[in-house]
Amino acid sequence: MFEFCADPSSLDGVRWFSCYLTNGVHMLFYQSFLTVFTLLAIAAPLSLAFGFAAATASRARFLPARILGKGYTSMVRGVPDIVFFLFFVLVLDQGIEFIRHSITCPDWDQPIRQGANFLVCDAARTPQGNAPQWVHEGYNFGLAIFTYAIVFGAFCGNVLYGAMGAVPKPQIETAAAYGMSQRQVFWRVVVPQMWVYALPGLSNIWMILIKATPLLFLLGIEDIVYWAREIGGSRNSRFAYPHPDWRFWYFLGLLVFYLGFTRVSEIVLARVTRRLTRGQATAGGEAMRKAAT
Amino acid sequence: MTCAEAFQAYALRSLGIGERALPQGDITLCEQFVLIGSGMIWNVYFGVLALCFGFFFSVFLAISKASPRRLVRKPAEWFIFLFRGSPLFIQFFMAYELFVMLPRLGVEFEIFGLAIEAETRWLARAWLGALIVLFLNTSAYAAEIFYGALQAVPKGDTEAADAYGLTGWKKFRRITFPTTMRLAWPAYTNEAIFMFHATALVYFSSFPAFQQRGDALYYATYFADRTFNPFIPYPIVAIYFVMLTLVIITIFNLINNRLNRHLPQDTRRRLRIRPNLIR
Repeated sequence: MFEFCADPSSLDGVRWFSCYLTNGVHMLFYQSFLTVFTLLAIAAPLSLAFGFAAATASRARFLPARILGKGYTSMVRGVPDIVFFLFFVLVLDQGIEFIRHSITCPDWDQPIRQGANFLVCDAARTPQGNAPQWVHEGYNFGLAIFTYAIVFGAFCGNVLYGAMGAVPKPQIETAAAYGMSQRQVFWRVVVPQMWVYALPGLSNIWMILIKATPLLFLLGIEDIVYWAREIGGSRNSRFAYPHPDWRFWYFLGLLVFYLGFTRVSEIVLARVTRRLTRGQATAGGEAMRKAAT
Repeated sequence: MTCAEAFQAYALRSLGIGERALPQGDITLCEQFVLIGSGMIWNVYFGVLALCFGFFFSVFLAISKASPRRLVRKPAEWFIFLFRGSPLFIQFFMAYELFVMLPRLGVEFEIFGLAIEAETRWLARAWLGALIVLFLNTSAYAAEIFYGALQAVPKGDTEAADAYGLTGWKKFRRITFPTTMRLAWPAYTNEAIFMFHATALVYFSSFPAFQQRGDALYYATYFADRTFNPFIPYPIVAIYFVMLTLVIITIFNLINNRLNRHLPQDTRRRLRIRPNLIR
């Protein structure tokens, strides 16, 4: 990074640290924070969409849809989600390979499960064995994101289902009295109004999603936990920047990062709550109305 | 291997009793059930002990947080923020590194001329180290629940206590504390369920499974890796956890009934269980 970093062994104190913290592996470490943000940026809207679909399905008149929606949202209850994380990644991986296998190699006569092996034909390997490294990493990351979306989608579904039920009945009856169809009532009255009821639950889920991001490490993604362990471990003099075991300090850094992130989220969510409460028929909205006059 | 044999060999495997080698080759369903069930011993151990110790500490924290004195309130607030604001996973990692680092730095306590070196070595083991982390974590979460309930104690209750001439400790013990518990109990039940779910993380964080003595998820992952078939071990873990959750709900329901025994049957606060969140 800096010119004086050419010979690390001659450095000391502040200069050593400024070189050490900007060397190649540290840049990768900093980039892995982007991985976390990417995960949040994709998984959050995706799980909201899953949750919305689940909540809508749970309210449907059509019985199978209702069973599907309720089954999905209650799936996560009572079982630690880490089990789901580990389970879904494998299931998705094998599921994709199995589907591709059935399509590409219809005349394959051997069983797919042979004892402890899961064997599909070469053409169905996902990603292909000769694919470049980034495809493998991207595929794993995609699976991880999808898993997060499934698990957190169930949480969101729970919250949104409750929120839809919390929209005051008279509002819905009024809309019906104006001659709106079921669909119109749903899209014009229920959905715009439910957010204020859903927000406490959703912000809770957001906090939990933030705190679930280090679990990426368990799914084999090179995230911040991976790099903190990697770089923090002791380095002997073979390396340019030898140092003792500093993993504790790296994890302390991650802890501070998460605390800060949580705090910022809290502040932002408080603002969003204020914005959404405006003009609502809730105690909060009433208080704001009184304050304004 | 028959089921009875599997039970003999692996029922207490997680404590180091029984067959030394884990099942290999053709793994039967019985072996998976027994071994994963044996791992549940650790989950129950961590959950029960952390909750028992954590209960008292969290009440103490909640009272500190409600204190009007800054010097008492601030540390409690910070403690709660620290443990609620950061992922449990990172807390495990940090604690492990710290516990491994402590003896190396030569931190030796001397109490009555007795050097406690052995204790710091135990800290790096899951049975003590992870228990401490879980204890602190659940204390912070429960403290927030109890703090909320403490704030929600009806004004009439405390005023009635004043009118009866109850003050200080007596007022707290007879009036404030029971009402707090009554208000907090449904939320605390959820916290207890989370706590048991969080124990599944222990062997996935840095704490190594000494001689392959792990918890339920540790063994489930072992089987999933061996058989490359996630459809059997993980649902088994799920079944065990659902059963555990039902037991917790039953026990907490009994306590809830006892807390509300002075109320008529139909006005009692029902437990609403929403155990769906991770920490």
